[in-house]
Amino acid sequence: VTIDGTPQWRPFDHNAADAVDPAEDWQFFTAEEAATVEAITERLIPADELSISGREAGCAIFIDRQLAGFFGTSERLYMQGPFAHGTPEQGDQSALTPRERYRVGIAALDDYCATRHQTRFAELAGDAQDEILSGLERGEIPLEGIEAQEFFSLIHQNTMEGFFADPVYGGNRDMVSWRMLGFPGARYDYRDYVEKHNQKLDFEPLSIAGRSGWRTQG
Amino acid sequence: QGATEYDQVEKGRYLATLGDCAACHTAPGGKPFAGGVAINTPFGKLVAPNITPDVDTGIGKWTFDDFQRVMSEGRGPGGYHLYGAMPYTAYTKVSEEDNRAIWTYLQTLDPVDHLVVANQLPFPFNQRFTLWGWNLINFDKGEFKPNPEKSAEWNRGAYLVEGLGHCGTCHTPKNLIGGDKSSQFLEGSVIDDWYAPNITADPHKGIGAWSEQDLVDYLSTGKNRFDIASGPMAEEVEHSSQYWNEDDLRAVAIYLKDGRNADAQAPTPLAAEDPRMVAGAEIYADRCAGCHTPNGAGVEGLFPRLADTALVNGDSAASLMRVVLAGSRAGATDAAPTAPSMPAFAWNLSDEEISNVLTFVRNTWGNAAAPVSPSDVAEMRETLESH
Amino acid sequence: MPTKLPATDAVVVGLGWAGAIIANELVDEGLDVIGFERGPWRDTAKDFNIASVPDELRYNARQELMLRTAQNTCTMRNDVSQTALPMRSWGSFHPGNGTGGAGNHWAGITFRFQPEDFRLHSHLTERYGRQAVEAANLTLQDWGTDWEEMEPYYASFERVAGISGKAGNLNGTLQEGGNPFEGVRSIEYPTPPLKQPYGPTLFAEAAREMGYHPFPVPSALVSEAYTNPLGVTMGPCTFCGFCTNYGCANYSKASAITTVLPALIRKSNFTAKTNCEVLRVTLDPSGTRATGIVYIDASGREWEQPAELVIVAAFTLENARLMLLSGVGEPYDPVTQRGTTGRNYAYQTANSVQLFFDDKNFNPFIGAGAVGMGIDEFNNDNFDHTGLGFFGGGSIRVTPIGAAPIANRPVPPGTPTWGKQWKRATVDNYLSTMSIGCEASSYSQRGNYLSLDPNYSDRLGRPLLRMTFDFPENDLRMAQYCTDRVAEIAQRMNPRQMVEKPMKGHWNSGPYQSSHVVGGFIMGSDPSVSSVNKYLQVWDVPNLFVVGASAFPQNPGYNPTGTVGALAYKAADAIRRLYLKHPGEMIA
Repeated sequence: VTIDGTPQWRPFDHNAADAVDPAEDWQFFTAEEAATVEAITERLIPADELSISGREAGCAIFIDRQLAGFFGTSERLYMQGPFAHGTPEQGDQSALTPRERYRVGIAALDDYCATRHQTRFAELAGDAQDEILSGLERGEIPLEGIEAQEFFSLIHQNTMEGFFADPVYGGNRDMVSWRMLGFPGARYDYRDYVEKHNQKLDFEPLSIAGRSGWRTQG
Repeated sequence: QGATEYDQVEKGRYLATLGDCAACHTAPGGKPFAGGVAINTPFGKLVAPNITPDVDTGIGKWTFDDFQRVMSEGRGPGGYHLYGAMPYTAYTKVSEEDNRAIWTYLQTLDPVDHLVVANQLPFPFNQRFTLWGWNLINFDKGEFKPNPEKSAEWNRGAYLVEGLGHCGTCHTPKNLIGGDKSSQFLEGSVIDDWYAPNITADPHKGIGAWSEQDLVDYLSTGKNRFDIASGPMAEEVEHSSQYWNEDDLRAVAIYLKDGRNADAQAPTPLAAEDPRMVAGAEIYADRCAGCHTPNGAGVEGLFPRLADTALVNGDSAASLMRVVLAGSRAGATDAAPTAPSMPAFAWNLSDEEISNVLTFVRNTWGNAAAPVSPSDVAEMRETLESH
Repeated sequence: MPTKLPATDAVVVGLGWAGAIIANELVDEGLDVIGFERGPWRDTAKDFNIASVPDELRYNARQELMLRTAQNTCTMRNDVSQTALPMRSWGSFHPGNGTGGAGNHWAGITFRFQPEDFRLHSHLTERYGRQAVEAANLTLQDWGTDWEEMEPYYASFERVAGISGKAGNLNGTLQEGGNPFEGVRSIEYPTPPLKQPYGPTLFAEAAREMGYHPFPVPSALVSEAYTNPLGVTMGPCTFCGFCTNYGCANYSKASAITTVLPALIRKSNFTAKTNCEVLRVTLDPSGTRATGIVYIDASGREWEQPAELVIVAAFTLENARLMLLSGVGEPYDPVTQRGTTGRNYAYQTANSVQLFFDDKNFNPFIGAGAVGMGIDEFNNDNFDHTGLGFFGGGSIRVTPIGAAPIANRPVPPGTPTWGKQWKRATVDNYLSTMSIGCEASSYSQRGNYLSLDPNYSDRLGRPLLRMTFDFPENDLRMAQYCTDRVAEIAQRMNPRQMVEKPMKGHWNSGPYQSSHVVGGFIMGSDPSVSSVNKYLQVWDVPNLFVVGASAFPQNPGYNPTGTVGALAYKAADAIRRLYLKHPGEMIA
């Protein structure tokens, strides 16, 4: 693009990410896969007095939509081979995209559960699920086609992302995690607060999509 | 046609800048004066034609008399009527001597072979003879006559504002068929979905609170203590008024400051408790205050002041809705190259939300003006999107 | 076969800080300049819309503003015994892309280096003796310039960027509240210091009590509306806390797009070509004159743009890579230590101490890439290194950058990573934890260098840049020492718990440490061990200037960009005042 002079403003121009419609059907997962992921997110972030669970907050929907998009395909990343095992310092060198990691990992996990517990992961009791997740985290459970820790760390990362990201991505329903932490969300002006030291500020959190206080009341 | 001698060319160039012919007759990035972009009129689109001296597609075959007739009568060679989008209702005030100089300057342009079909109006508006009736109602022909009661500066200002400056083209309210309501000269009008504010001496809706220097600053740099020019006015400043000489700018300021409505009263603002005001205040804090500052003072030269400014208090909230919906880039001048932009919020704020925040803005910090309704915003949204 | 275009006076490769500054100066000199930028044109209101930019997932987690590794990345290894592998996502550093470069998403801490830094090797030798310096086993070098030469250009950069801060040494007079260790400065900071959040305030109190001299961290986030000498206006920072790795919605963060480009793009003799990646600098057959550059446009067509003058300002990594790809200079060989292209690559040694409190609320979401308080008592050579077994030091400071919760959920060591306990700990510590950082020096050593990778290439088949780097023993010792000093201050602040995090072990390409990659095409006065002279002019290719942190022979305990900007002004001024009088010759 050749640019000479201040570029003209193009009406409506913006560069926002598309918001997710949580009401839509799964876009990447099969129903079975979704059930497994929902079960995992339910355990990683359990419901308690602090908040609803990761599943309830929409983490599985979040992950599904992430996998349906560029994150799932690694399309932005350098994915040329050769793919070698490197040192820990050389970071992630897997040839698998996140989509592949989930597809392979969930299948392997359910296989593992079928073999060990004659049922799918989602059907297991909470404690049993926790145990398996811990085993994956420690790398003690062998999975077919993918390193257990690689699979666990990805789904752990994505669950946390879903729980704490802006609700427009499908997780963090009603900004639940932000309310829990006291994080005000997508606010942009703290000039009047920066010098209010050591005070609780109690902001109503704000999403990219706004908040209820914006609507005319009554 | 006259020779393109230095004195006439220089004079004509300045006058063409005063008249901002390029605003309409030059397309962005296009060859100078080879034809502009489509201008929206109440009846459809018109394109300002090629006025370079190209024989086939420009005015290369015209004589000065043809040109004088356009400027003074709004009629083309052979007598066809021009549409009022060419502001001849203002240019009619321009003296023949000044027109001669503009004409001479136009002769020095590189002729550009670019055919412009000006008339892109649908039937029946594409029938030029219907303009005859338009002129009966909307057109007072005649060169500017100085007012002997007033100073020479005032008269120069009047000549510029009423004539070449054609300020009224945008700032004077229009009747149903697009003609000026002369009794409301400069009281504000909506043009191309922008509100050209009231620039009478009204202290609330107009520029009554501005000093002469404020006016000069605004016209010469596109910004001043109160405001940054956007949209059409940004273009006016960028292409035209930043190049006006100091004397002319001051003359315009003197004339405008001496305008009507200096004694106008401000209306009472909406109550802060009004639910629309309450919601609007929230939105303002979350989405607007970061730039326009919590007290609406803005940042001089960067984020326009919203508190107590004519544009915000104007009869029409068109510009306000437009910039919030579609965003806008401030004009850049040599003195102020920043060209910051108001971001677009159409994708992010609903009609109701925009109406609330604008209602809040129009009734806070000393502002007072009619609330904006969600349906106004919806209509503006649709209009802008259909362009 | 690239299509040849009409020649122009000068081309600038990269429209980040360095490129935009030089382009603007050359344009003002009357040259016709074309600026090439591989990424898009960035516009604040469009790209950093206040409603879309505060989005941690998109900008921080998914690296929206960074160069796509699919377009270009580098490979890394810790030493020559390993095979380098590609960095498939960014981790340790975050290269920029598009007009503004990394400046769009930088943090904005804008230090000047200290006068001694420009003659570090001489200085240390004078102070500690040759033997001590040799024992450190480093390849420290002088820069070939000095404070007197650099100071005016620091001032120019600070003025264009509106840097906020408090002078410590104004024309030789120490100033209360400023940094007493800074070199003599000719101007006060253009904008006053930012307001301070709670964490930095606590830290400064403790430091002051301990006899140190805390000062507001100099910042490229302006504290009030500011119009720079180019007429471009910036608005005050609102402490939004979506700053590092994000673009600023408010025109508050200085970057090429908020300070230089608005004025530059309007000048008739400047043209920007965006989405155009420069592939190489073309040389005449003798190799002593650059004839222009070759670039590829968005439709995949290759073009040759001849020019009288070529400025490469494509950030450290691409500067070095372009020189290697274009055959400029001899590639550095770590075994023989011959060759200069790729030599003396260095980084930054990041350390910190985390403080957990029970009774404090830091409102950590209030923050900015560069707001905070720091001390310089343990930086560089501000303390006596005799007998310490290392040289160097770090900038100790508290700079709350915001606390978006995907990445910012401090919990004490040993906390589970999920489940109920994790959640409880997360909530308990979110508001009441702070951290003191120590951005420390990184000294070059023989085995750290940049070269072309033999195995991996980009989409066009051109070798990727290979980075061979590990922390020198010297730096790890320094890290431990300085972190201990930080811990002493932390202790005085009386936290419930404190976690020391000195840099340890090997350089890991995964966790973010800093984007302060420096060296590889360094400046100096001796062509046998440097690539450019003190005007950033390439030895033996007089019409080629390579500008950026690539010119640093080693890195002090400061962030680089103030110096990058100063070098850009220095090079531009040399071109304007000296080079153009005798084009095609090395500046005497």
